[in-house]
Amino acid sequence: MIVTMEQLSKRFGDVIAVDEMDLQINDGEFVALLGPSGCGKTTTLLMLAGIYKPSAGNIRFGERVMNRVAPKDRNIGMVFQSYALCPHMTVFENITFPMRLKRVPAEQQKQRAQQVADMMGIGHLLDRKPGQLSGGQQQRVALGRALAKEPDVLLFDEPLSNLDARLRLTMRAEIKHLQRNLGITSIYVTHDQVEALTMADRIAVIKDGRLQAFCSPDELYNQPRTLFIAGFVGNPPMNFVDVAVERVDGVLHARAQDIDVVVSGERGAAAAGKGTVTLGIRPEDITLTDSGIAGEIYVLEPLGRDDLVDVRVGDTHIRALVNPGLGLTIGDNVQLAFDGDQVQFFDIQTEHSLLWR
Amino acid sequence: MDERLGAGSRWRIAAPMSVLTLLTIPIVVGYVWIVISTFSSRTYGLVPVDADGRFGGLTLKNWSFLWNDPIICKVVFNSFVLAVGLTIGVVLVSSMAAYALSRISFPGRKGFLGTTLVLHAFPSVTLLIAIYFVLRWLSPIPLIGRGLPVIGGFGYNTLGGVILVMLALQLPLGVWLMKGFFDNVSWDMERAALIDGCSRFRVWWQIMLPQIRPGIAALSIFSFISGWNEFLIPYTYITNQQGSTVAAYLNSLLGDTAPVNYSTVAAVGLFQLIPVLIFFIFTQEYLLSIFSGGAKGGA
Repeated sequence: MIVTMEQLSKRFGDVIAVDEMDLQINDGEFVALLGPSGCGKTTTLLMLAGIYKPSAGNIRFGERVMNRVAPKDRNIGMVFQSYALCPHMTVFENITFPMRLKRVPAEQQKQRAQQVADMMGIGHLLDRKPGQLSGGQQQRVALGRALAKEPDVLLFDEPLSNLDARLRLTMRAEIKHLQRNLGITSIYVTHDQVEALTMADRIAVIKDGRLQAFCSPDELYNQPRTLFIAGFVGNPPMNFVDVAVERVDGVLHARAQDIDVVVSGERGAAAAGKGTVTLGIRPEDITLTDSGIAGEIYVLEPLGRDDLVDVRVGDTHIRALVNPGLGLTIGDNVQLAFDGDQVQFFDIQTEHSLLWR
Repeated sequence: MDERLGAGSRWRIAAPMSVLTLLTIPIVVGYVWIVISTFSSRTYGLVPVDADGRFGGLTLKNWSFLWNDPIICKVVFNSFVLAVGLTIGVVLVSSMAAYALSRISFPGRKGFLGTTLVLHAFPSVTLLIAIYFVLRWLSPIPLIGRGLPVIGGFGYNTLGGVILVMLALQLPLGVWLMKGFFDNVSWDMERAALIDGCSRFRVWWQIMLPQIRPGIAALSIFSFISGWNEFLIPYTYITNQQGSTVAAYLNSLLGDTAPVNYSTVAAVGLFQLIPVLIFFIFTQEYLLSIFSGGAKGGA
C-alpha cells in the first residue's frame, strides 16, 4: 500500500502541530518519523490512523483519499508505547478482538491467533492476562494483535520506549525482520535516532511540525541538509564551531580563535569567502595528534569501546572519540586534528547546509 | 536498640490513638444506646430499667412493628425500589455522561462541568417547591405520568417521580466521580479499540467500563445508600403511607400529637441501618477507591 501525505496540516486551536507535510511512502517500505518530543510526529501518525482529522491537506492510501474514513475502515494495525492491551481480556482474546469485530469465522480466528502467537514466540501464553506478562511479552502481544488482522499498513508509536535497553535491542531486530518478511508498509514514530537509523529504509526528520528531510539513514548521517539534522542525528552529537574559511597558499583553512583547520578543497570551496559559517564535525572524525588544536581535557567518559573526551579549546568545547588505551585523565593537555574530508558547513543565518541541498 | 525502637513507636501510636478513642466515645455511646434501648421498655442512661426503675425490663415489643404493622413490608419494598432505581439511573447516566466529558471535545464542555459542580453545591431544599410543580405537570401525561408498574410513573406522588428528582440531584457527584475514573484510563487503549473496529458505543461498553469497575461499584454503593436513607424528597412528594419509604415511616412515628415511644423509633432506625451496615462490611474497600481513584478528576 502506497501511503501519501499531501500538504497535510493539523492545528489545535492556535497551535500548528503539523505544517504542510508532503511525504510519499512506497509499498512495503519501512519509514521512520524521527524528531524530538512534541514535534508533531505522533499527531501525524494519529492522522494516518484516523483518530485525528486533518485540518488541511490529504492522506491517500493508494489512490483513495482517506481523510474522512473512520479508523476501523482503514485496515491498519497499530502498536502503542503503552501496549494498549485490555487488562480484562486474555492474550488470546486481545489478539482475536479485531477479528471478532470483523466477524471472521471462529475457526480462522483461532488458527490465525495461534500462527501469529507462534511467530512472536508467545504461543504458550495465550491463556494469560496481560498483567501476568513482562513488558516485552506484552509488546509482542500488541504486535501480534496488529499483525493478526492482516493490515495494509502498520503504524508504530514509539513501541520500544517502555522496554529496557537490552530487550529494545532484540525487539528492534525482530520488528525489522518481521517487516521485511511480511512486506507490510510500516510507519514508525520514534525520538530515538538509533532506532530510526537501524530499522528504517527511509527516515523523515520532523521539527516543529515541519518536514526537515526525508532520505535514507546513510544520507541523513553523512549528508545532513540542515544544522538541526546534523545536531540531532548521531550519538555522541556533532561538534559545531563558527569559523571563517580562507584560502592561504592554495590551501583552505577554517579559522576561528584558537582553531585553525585545513579542510579539503572539495568541502571547503563551498564555504570559502562566505564570511562566518558553522563548521560541523563528528566526534569520530577527530583524532589526537602531536601538533593541532591545543586544548585541555574537561570531561572524560569511558564508553567501553571508545573514550568520549570533552576538550576545552578557548571558550568552546569539542567532543572527540579516542582510543581508551591512551591513558588520558581529566586536565591533560591534548592536541586535536579534524579530518578535513569529513567536515560539514552550514550557513549561519538559514542553518542550511552549504554542501548538500 | 530494636526493643527501644519498638517501644518508641508503640508510644508514638498510643498518643494519637487515645485522642481518637476519646473523640469517638460520644458517637459509640450513641450507637450503644440505640441497640440497648430497642430491647428495653425504658432506659436510665445506658442501663435498661423496668417500670419501677430497677435493672431489667428487657422486651421485644419495640420490634413488634415488624410483625404487627402490615405497612412495614410495603415501605421496605418501596425503599428498596427507590434505592435500586436510583442506583441504576445514576450509574447508567453518569457513566455515559462522564465518558463523553472525559473523552470527547465539544463546545460547552468546560462550562457544563463547572455548572454541574455548582448544582451539586446547591441546597436541594430550595428547589422543593419548583420541583413540586414540575412533578404535578408530569402527572397527567399518560403512562409515564402514573401508569408504570413497580415505580408507579414519574409524576407527583409516585416512587418514579422521587427517583427522578433524586437522580437529578445525585448526578453531578456521579458524573464528576466517573469522569475521574475515565480520565485514568489510557487513551491508547481506546485508540487501539477504535482502530481495531469498535464503534464509540462499543468502546464505552466493552473497553472502558471494564476498566472502571471499581468506580462503578463505589458509585453504586454510594447511590444505593443515599436512596435507602433519603428522607426529605420521598417525604415531600409522596403523600400516602402506602407509597412511602422507611425513612418517612420512621418520621410518622414522631407524631406531633401522640406521645413518642423513643424505643420504637430507635428500633425502626436500627432496622433501617441493617442493610447499610451489611453493605458497608462487604464494600468498604470499593468505597475507599472513590477517594483514591476518583479524586484525580480534573477538567
